[in-house]
Amino acid sequence: MKVIKRHVTSESFSPDMTPMIDVTFQLIIFFMLTINFVTEDQSERIKLPESELAKPPETPWESPIVLQLTAAKPPSVIVGGDEVSLSLIRGILQREKQRLQELGRSAAKATVIIRADRDAHTGTLQKLIKECQDLGFERFVLRAREKYIRVTQGT
Amino acid sequence: MRLGTKRDEAGFQRIELNMTPMIDVCFQLLIFFMLTLKVFATEGDFDIKMPLATMAQGTPKEQENPPIVVRMKADSRGRLSEILLTEKPLKSFQELREEIKALCAGRDTSTLEVELDCDYVLRYEYVMEAITHVSGYVDQSGNIVKLIEKIKFKPARGGPVE
Repeated sequence: MKVIKRHVTSESFSPDMTPMIDVTFQLIIFFMLTINFVTEDQSERIKLPESELAKPPETPWESPIVLQLTAAKPPSVIVGGDEVSLSLIRGILQREKQRLQELGRSAAKATVIIRADRDAHTGTLQKLIKECQDLGFERFVLRAREKYIRVTQGT
Repeated sequence: MRLGTKRDEAGFQRIELNMTPMIDVCFQLLIFFMLTLKVFATEGDFDIKMPLATMAQGTPKEQENPPIVVRMKADSRGRLSEILLTEKPLKSFQELREEIKALCAGRDTSTLEVELDCDYVLRYEYVMEAITHVSGYVDQSGNIVKLIEKIKFKPARGGPVE
């Protein structure tokens, strides 16, 4: 390695900061882009079931309402950061419906995204869907966590 | 900000920027973003159809094909105990996928519909597994091959067990 001799004055010694600043900016940009402030729709209490076919939707859902069904006993639903018992969900859904109507949208066109815990009872999930249907919600999607599978050739 | 100046060998004045405050702020920002970062796994959605409302109104939808019924029985703890595909017992979800593949072969899959008939206490993870296995598979090259996309639920059997 060729050693470059530099004239260093006795007054100051300044190392080249450019690469470090470059890397720091890169890191800042990376973290700024990956940061997600909206976490209320992804409660950590919900352990989603896994599916290898779960892929993020290509187009965003129309007027999405996220309902998170817990596996607690008695079952509860987390809506927009508030946890309510399944028996009281109707009031919240009614409010959501009113909000949609004020915005000139109908409940039938809204998408109810259900993030149910993998240990929740299927019957409870159906009860939740029934509550939504009674208020006129028609579109439902079930959310799952993406499972990565190793693709093996020749099997 | 006061800029430091220094004379080089030829006698010209060179301006030196004081980088310390900028580096301080950069590191503060970096630490803030690092600490607030939360990594979430990618999530995806499955479209489902719930015919309960239309049934209640007494207007059953006309269908070309009757739905393929997948019956899933649960034990008292909510674990899957039996899978039946239109009364035929199956050993695993893999077998269910093979059966669905055979049913879809050479047919327009958009006319086919699967109806899930589950026990009330059955854990939701099994339902998701059944939905995954009937709605498609990942082939050898990693592409998703879709099978039946129309999925609906039958009202759950039984009730909650305390």
